[in-house]
Amino acid sequence: MLESILSKYPKEQDMLIEILLDVQNQKTDQYLSEAEIEQIASYLSLPTAHVSSAVSFYTFFSTQRRGEHVIQVCKDVPCYLNDSDNLVDTIQKQLGIGMHETTEDGMFTLEPTSCLGICDGAPAMRIGEHTYTKLNKDRVTALLAEYRGKR
Amino acid sequence: MEQKLLTKHIPGMDPMNIQAYLDVEGYQSFFKAFKTQPLDIIGDIEKSKLRGRGGAAFPVHIKMMSMAKQKETTRYIICNADEGEPGNFKDRYLMENNPHQLLEGMLIAAYATRANKGYIYIRGEFDTPIKIMHEAIRQAKAHGLLGTNIQGSGFDFDLEIRSGAGSYVCGEEFALIESIEGKSGRTRVKPPFPTDVGLFGKPTLINNVETFSNLPWILAMGGEAFASIGTESSTGTKLVSVSGNVKHPGVYEVPFGVPIRDVIDTLGGGTQNAQKIGMVQLSGASGPIIPEYMLDLTIDFDRFEDFDSKTGAGAIIVMDDQKDMFNILKRISDFFEHESCGKCTPCREGNVHMSKLLNKFLQSDATEKDLMNLESLSRVMHQTSLCGLGQSAPTAVLSTLKYFRDTYFDRIEHPQEGGLA
Amino acid sequence: MPTITINNQKIEAKEGQTILEVAKDHHIDIPTLCHFPDLDVQSDCRICMSEIVGQKKLAPSCSTPVKEGMEIKTNSQRVYNARKTITELLLSNHDTNCTACERNMNCELQTLADTLGIDENRFENILEHEPIDDNNPSITRNADRCIKCGRCIEVCKNVQGIHVLDYMNRSHDTKVAPAHGKFLNDQVCTYCGQCANVCPVASITEKSDLEKVTHAIHDETKHVIVQTAPATRVSLGETLGMDSGSIVTGQMVAALRRVGFDKVFDTDFTADLTIMEEGHELLSRVKEGGKLPMITSCCPGWVNYAEQKNPDMLDHLSTAKSPQQMFGALAKTYYAEKEHIDPNNVYVVSIMPCTAKKFEAAREEMQVHKETADVDAVLTTRELGKMIKRAGVNFKNIGEESYDAPFGITSGAGAIFGATGGVMEAALRTVSEVVNEKPLEKLDFEDIRGMEGIKEASVTLGENTFKVAVAHTLSNAQKVLDDIKAGVSPYAFIEVMACPGGCIGGGGQPYTTTNAKRQERIDAIYNVDTAMKLRKSHENPAVNTLYEEYLSEPLSKRAHDLLHTHYKPR
Repeated sequence: MLESILSKYPKEQDMLIEILLDVQNQKTDQYLSEAEIEQIASYLSLPTAHVSSAVSFYTFFSTQRRGEHVIQVCKDVPCYLNDSDNLVDTIQKQLGIGMHETTEDGMFTLEPTSCLGICDGAPAMRIGEHTYTKLNKDRVTALLAEYRGKR
Repeated sequence: MEQKLLTKHIPGMDPMNIQAYLDVEGYQSFFKAFKTQPLDIIGDIEKSKLRGRGGAAFPVHIKMMSMAKQKETTRYIICNADEGEPGNFKDRYLMENNPHQLLEGMLIAAYATRANKGYIYIRGEFDTPIKIMHEAIRQAKAHGLLGTNIQGSGFDFDLEIRSGAGSYVCGEEFALIESIEGKSGRTRVKPPFPTDVGLFGKPTLINNVETFSNLPWILAMGGEAFASIGTESSTGTKLVSVSGNVKHPGVYEVPFGVPIRDVIDTLGGGTQNAQKIGMVQLSGASGPIIPEYMLDLTIDFDRFEDFDSKTGAGAIIVMDDQKDMFNILKRISDFFEHESCGKCTPCREGNVHMSKLLNKFLQSDATEKDLMNLESLSRVMHQTSLCGLGQSAPTAVLSTLKYFRDTYFDRIEHPQEGGLA
Repeated sequence: MPTITINNQKIEAKEGQTILEVAKDHHIDIPTLCHFPDLDVQSDCRICMSEIVGQKKLAPSCSTPVKEGMEIKTNSQRVYNARKTITELLLSNHDTNCTACERNMNCELQTLADTLGIDENRFENILEHEPIDDNNPSITRNADRCIKCGRCIEVCKNVQGIHVLDYMNRSHDTKVAPAHGKFLNDQVCTYCGQCANVCPVASITEKSDLEKVTHAIHDETKHVIVQTAPATRVSLGETLGMDSGSIVTGQMVAALRRVGFDKVFDTDFTADLTIMEEGHELLSRVKEGGKLPMITSCCPGWVNYAEQKNPDMLDHLSTAKSPQQMFGALAKTYYAEKEHIDPNNVYVVSIMPCTAKKFEAAREEMQVHKETADVDAVLTTRELGKMIKRAGVNFKNIGEESYDAPFGITSGAGAIFGATGGVMEAALRTVSEVVNEKPLEKLDFEDIRGMEGIKEASVTLGENTFKVAVAHTLSNAQKVLDDIKAGVSPYAFIEVMACPGGCIGGGGQPYTTTNAKRQERIDAIYNVDTAMKLRKSHENPAVNTLYEEYLSEPLSKRAHDLLHTHYKPR
């Protein structure tokens, strides 16, 4: 699978972040393995340390297996002012996991995130590549059920 | 109170259809630019007194002129759409609602500075703007507005989108350049500045979404007419992101010079549940926190010189008087601690200790010595950090030390039972 | 010519200079940590902050160009407060158990803290312990001491072009590490040790063999002999308070005897022997149409690099072992037999300017006898400096002594192995006289001396003229290799040294090896050469005796068994 993704990109070093995002997004376990990092480095003729440095720098990338759906809840002030703490509590109770943990069925990983840039919809969170706003207990409960239902 | 230029056609215009933009005279300023000498375009921008909307408020024409004068012919234009400052969401709003206005602004800047390649660096969290901008570029290409020999003018301009991957500091121009080049977002030493040695070592003009989106309006109405909007030092309009404990959070476009209080009360609808305003943070996590009595200050780039803050209140985060100041400060500090690139000492190590000291106040465990250390640390971080992130990370603390000093002493002298308020 | 003032002193600066450069020219000390001469300016430690009157923020002296009329203060209260706070911040995330540190009293951070008068840190220590990376024979990384200055990354990435080390993570989780945050032996590290040499603290050091050697010296059953590499004689003095470029050959020999070595020998001897073997190998390759260009193989950092990054080029490497390993092989055969000592009881120690030599000594190919390594332990120049201090030897005032025979009889050609171009020059002296059968008019090959990255010369052998090249640093080595791969290399013979300046600039040399110091050591080593009566390897009588008594002739069967090796991709 990795090779077919790589072949879409020119062998230019500035494609690195785009490639890393693409590769990780296409994996159900939402992470980049050491072998993949090495293969990507070799494809772009970059030292492995360079790629490894970038992977460890950006919060989108993980080198640990994660759930199919990564839930990122905003922890910054505008969301906090609109009760995001309560949101986190609700999700943790519903899924039975803490921050940076993955549900046993591999469905969800819960992470904090810096501001999502959607403070007019506070409190906000992102699941995968979808952003959800103006959340409250009921909406979150319904959303999680919806994701579970999709499987 | 609102004065709509950049948001004139929002809401209502279909962002996914270039024809909707063309129907409201979209791209006419770009066509006008073709008939103008590049240096005259920059001259018009100089007359407009347009200053960058990204935080440094640097005059746009100076950067453009510096680019135009370069001997190197490979030059780049970058649109900084890495809007990651908590409390800011107006660039997202512009991209989601009027993507072609941004493309037109970038085209004008590219034509005036003779750049043939551009990048829009959009933060990875902006899933929708990324999709919309991709589509806008596709349609602009199909309409012959991007590519080689645009509209038979002999001018070539190609545009690509690059997405961020979760890093606030990539909004800093050199960190952003590093990120586009496929590296970790650690800033570079200045000088040289990007207009001399930028992306891939070539001269590069970087502005944010709002700044570029102003250019079609300046060309349409003329620099002098544009300069008549706003105030003497801050011309034009400002898109203000209003958030926090207000009834109607959102993006509002007002001319510079409008009092902050009016924006909160009239446009934001005042506080939720009619609570009193306790504190207001301006411009985002990196901006000053001011008390209610200062809200008659007007929106202006040069209003908060004390804190070297030049964002001109592009964001207004309203906090009602039920909120614990130290909880807010701790969150802000945690944000910077998390987002520091780690390159320079004061930011890498300083933010950790700032968080720890603030936590002592939050837990009612602080002493006067802690207060002294917090103040001294904040000043050193502000004065010695390598880039804007570290320099402005202590602004919230420094401003509350100025305007809410008693609150610190109160907490030291009257520890609250159970710590957390 | 901008006119500026620094601390109320009016100064004419040069155009384009930074505050730090102007200050240095005018003997004003500004402390630095991340700054290192010859490396790109990092401006990340923020220790060198100065005050520019009229500016709200402080300015980093290392990266702020001076402008006409600038009024600079390098010692104001604001500057002092900032430097002190930043140093406290660094110490708050640092293992401050200084007495347990290899660089106690020799550490740039400690010196800074002392200068600034930091007795108590206002910030609590937040260090999170990291595992120590020491499962390779050459280098130890202790992340608990790292101050993230980035010098090691710069030298690894931009000077050597290897890029094993980089920043991992961000913010206060930032650490300097190989890919995936793993250990050096998981990645393609050549163990050149340039990172250790530029480290301002003891975060990256040689893996010390000092205890091992001390133990052997005090073991009555062991006959402990030592060899000293060419470059050590012009650098050891620096670790013992002498000027760079001091020639301390005789003092070093005396000190080694006081420390307790049974015999003190010179690697210069086997350097001469290397020239005999390698020179004849070159001639045979030329004559018999062997693989050309032939490339030297005495530098272990370079050999590691070739094996790891250029496995397709291994045929080009001379099969001759390095002088260190030729010495080891002979010590455990010829010497042991001659002295009637069980080779297992001969303990061979090398004093090397190099960390990769430790790896080389540990290679399994480098064992003539199965039970024992040919070279038992390698100490860097820095380790020897420590050993001498520890033994209470007053180095500056010790009398000069001579090496023991037979491995102490050497030529100037062996000595110049320590500088870039030296192996080539030594080889050319021998090869041209052997082939042309007449003495060279001029022994000095000036074209291939000095700090330029890639140098070339030509030599006439019989009726043919050959071009040769000398490259130092691994990035320059790669350029030369790329030409060979592209089929455009005009050379017959190439010398490669991994470290800038050759062994005198090695990773095991005294700290703060700048290019200026490299040049002083180079000058010194050529002075060693010119002061010698013997300046050609093939005229070394002890080498000739060795051939007569034991090896018969260069490239003989026995020479092949003992003095040559092979390489394999890693």
